[in-house]
Amino acid sequence: MTKILLLDTRYLIPISNNMSATTMNLTLKVWRQKNAQTAGKFETYKADGISPDMSFLEMLDVVNESLILKKEEPIHFDHDCREGICGMCSLYINGHPHGPKRAITTCQLHMRTFHDGQTITIEPWRAAAFPVIKDLAVDRSAFDRIQQAGGYISVNTGGVPDANVIPIPKVIADEAFNSATCIGCGACVAACKNASAMLFVSAKVSQLGMLPQGQPERYSRAQSMVAQMDSEGFGNCTNTGACEAECPKEITLTNIARMNNDYFSAKFFHEEHANENNG
Amino acid sequence: MSLNAKIPEGPLAEKWNKHKFNLKLVNPANKRKYDIIVVGTGLAGASAAATLAELGYNVKAFCFQDSPRRAHSIAAQGGINAAKNYQNDGDSIYRLFYDTIKGGDYRAREANVYRLAEVSVNIIDQCVAQGVPFAREYGGLLDNRSFGGAQVSRTFYARGQTGQQLLLGAYSALNRQIHHGKVKMYTRTEMLDVVVVDGKAQGIITRSLTTGQIDTHTGHAVLLCTGGYGNVFYLSTNAAGSNVTAAWRAHKRGAFFANPCYTQIHPTCIPVTGDHQSKLTLMSESLRNDGRVWAPKTEETAEKLRKSQLKASDIKEEDRDYFLERKYPSFGNLVPRDVASRNAKEMVDEHKGVGASGVAVFLDFADAIKRLGKDAVAAKYGNLFDMYYQITDEDPYTQPMRIYPAVHYTMGGLWVDYNLSTNVPGLYALGECNFSDHGANRLGASALMQGLADGYFVIPYTLGDYLASIGPKPIDASHPAFAKTKQDVLDVIAKLIALKGTKTVNEYHRDLGHIMWEYCGMARTAEGLTKAKGLIQKLKVDFWQNAIVMGENEEVNASLERAGRVADFIELGELMVTDALERNESCGGHFRLESQTPDGEALRDDEHYAYVAAWEFKGENKPEVMNKEPLEFEYVHLTQRNYK
Repeated sequence: MTKILLLDTRYLIPISNNMSATTMNLTLKVWRQKNAQTAGKFETYKADGISPDMSFLEMLDVVNESLILKKEEPIHFDHDCREGICGMCSLYINGHPHGPKRAITTCQLHMRTFHDGQTITIEPWRAAAFPVIKDLAVDRSAFDRIQQAGGYISVNTGGVPDANVIPIPKVIADEAFNSATCIGCGACVAACKNASAMLFVSAKVSQLGMLPQGQPERYSRAQSMVAQMDSEGFGNCTNTGACEAECPKEITLTNIARMNNDYFSAKFFHEEHANENNG
Repeated sequence: MSLNAKIPEGPLAEKWNKHKFNLKLVNPANKRKYDIIVVGTGLAGASAAATLAELGYNVKAFCFQDSPRRAHSIAAQGGINAAKNYQNDGDSIYRLFYDTIKGGDYRAREANVYRLAEVSVNIIDQCVAQGVPFAREYGGLLDNRSFGGAQVSRTFYARGQTGQQLLLGAYSALNRQIHHGKVKMYTRTEMLDVVVVDGKAQGIITRSLTTGQIDTHTGHAVLLCTGGYGNVFYLSTNAAGSNVTAAWRAHKRGAFFANPCYTQIHPTCIPVTGDHQSKLTLMSESLRNDGRVWAPKTEETAEKLRKSQLKASDIKEEDRDYFLERKYPSFGNLVPRDVASRNAKEMVDEHKGVGASGVAVFLDFADAIKRLGKDAVAAKYGNLFDMYYQITDEDPYTQPMRIYPAVHYTMGGLWVDYNLSTNVPGLYALGECNFSDHGANRLGASALMQGLADGYFVIPYTLGDYLASIGPKPIDASHPAFAKTKQDVLDVIAKLIALKGTKTVNEYHRDLGHIMWEYCGMARTAEGLTKAKGLIQKLKVDFWQNAIVMGENEEVNASLERAGRVADFIELGELMVTDALERNESCGGHFRLESQTPDGEALRDDEHYAYVAAWEFKGENKPEVMNKEPLEFEYVHLTQRNYK
């Protein structure tokens, strides 16, 4: 099915010609933790004169600038592209991964979502498999290791057929694309009461499992990736749907169903392939 | 010093094939005796690391992000060119080559660009085999779209997230090799220097961004795939972490820096809203397929728009100036990026800009929505429209987008020969990090093509030749050059940590950006550039006295990371204005007001400036020396670019 991204009209407010004149004063409660070995705690900061046109990370930049001028330790957080695609930014804001709005990352969250005088609580992703590195930054290398366990099609560079040799129905290609839009940010894990990584893992298993190129390793891939996911200490899925609700890329629970299908299918009918994933 | 580009003999179309045959090979049993260092894991780095590991080399790959998947290639939106001619619309390898040379305003090497066009077709095959979900037609075959600077449809795309999908493809190939133990991956690790032993690159010095540990890594060759330097302008479409440090430190170890003044200002970005702004967001060039660029015909109308007394939809058709369609009827809204950007600037300079700041023009989809329907427009551009809405709080389905040019890509970079080798043997530069294929202006959908061409299909061949020539003897880490280079890195860090002044590093960066944008941006003059040079020199002195760097080295320290990068940007900025000052012609993204045609188009001076300017570092605070590589055109006739 084609996923058409339309504007979420619930958030449409009267159009202003940007550059709002008014600013906001906010109170931040921020998780500070020196490193993985040290216990952390909340600290309170004032964020005054905040423009509604700032992104959430730009608001933190402003706070950090003022901390540095006072020779106080700035708040550490992960960020990079600042346009919602690299998956580096995180932040658990007022109880939601990537903040209160749907289908965006923290770097795309703008301060116009908040109101003057509001208190904002900012925490890191909380999961045993994502240890805190410092303050709000966590170690998500478990995600890489799951991908390394089998999140690929085993082809070497060169010697591949012409790209148009295998026609792929548009609906399949589009659905595979929808799964492939996962940015690996970890919001699904942070949202889940079990800290399950099923949505993340299933997005890759689905993408490759739906495409004809991915068929040869379909079952071994599901088994290897699930095995790695389990060994990293992520919890299991109990179908609360929190991951889907909080995913900035709107990856659906259908992916988990597809992964379970491939995984159990492999367990019962394709066990012989399970350990052959050595491409 | 004379520069040898090592362009193979023979007819253009046979050069690469012939060259591949002439290159020495490393036998399969010997490949595992070589260690290759790859810095950066974007399209160029990830594809090179994976492919070299597949061949049997031992690869160590480095990225400063927490995962190789986050390199900034991920943010490329529009697409990737390939001369597949699936559309039967007259495309060919030669046409892609020709368009790219012309689009680059005749400041790129013919042989490199031809090779790029040649391997472009293999890239699409490779990516599809990896499971990259390109857009498809209902018949199941691959779809194409048009991009600026071309009159054929040769751009393959994956909705507005082509870079993401291509990078995830390369990342998956890299992951497979990490799984097999052929690539050792170092994340959250920054390269701070190259170790040069007896004139050859044999290792790097890195800093762990989690512990501050400084490490030495040996390798038979070092591949820099570290992207561009657009963040020298402070505001750009680059990721916050994108930086020039690896390339710059390599430059200071002897690698020439070529054409640093060639920077691309992308025409369709979301305008700046205020001083707090930390980055600019690009709206893909693909939008110009269906969007029409316009400004009000009169200053008075523009003034009313700026004061919100009028809405865009209130302006009658006859009061709108579709300036690109008017001035360039044959290419219309799809003129190359440099042309589109300069024209938008011209409108703003004539006080016809819109938006509260007056520094923007419109990109209007009303006609496309009327013609195709809202759903069709949403299917093509939905994610871009969403992105625009999130940032501006304005609905582009009901009123035109406001756009303005922003720094996006840097054509300049480390000088490399045909083999992608810098002038320091063993040190290679791939992707945006090198200068090689885009001349003075890059066409849309060509960056992804070049990054992957370099990584998948060029370096695996050319590197073997060098490795065979030096032999598989292990690199001796006890050579004094390693300890000396490590000490140099520690000294710089100590100097930075000691800065406990009164001004934040971010403020220095912003100041530098203002200077660069004002004097080395879309229009440049000798007077402005001379002034900029003085300002940057002053800024540098001030930085090393008054900057504030927090904390210690032995911890997570974003302040220290940032300080090192900004210090390098300041030095690079000075070289950029020097290069721009020296090049008294207009070409591509480099527009000198002194050199324009009567109707205000860029005027090249082929007689005096048909060369690559390769700058040589001569020591701290000493003027750099320019080496020239003359550009010879055997196949393409140099003409004034004309998109009218």
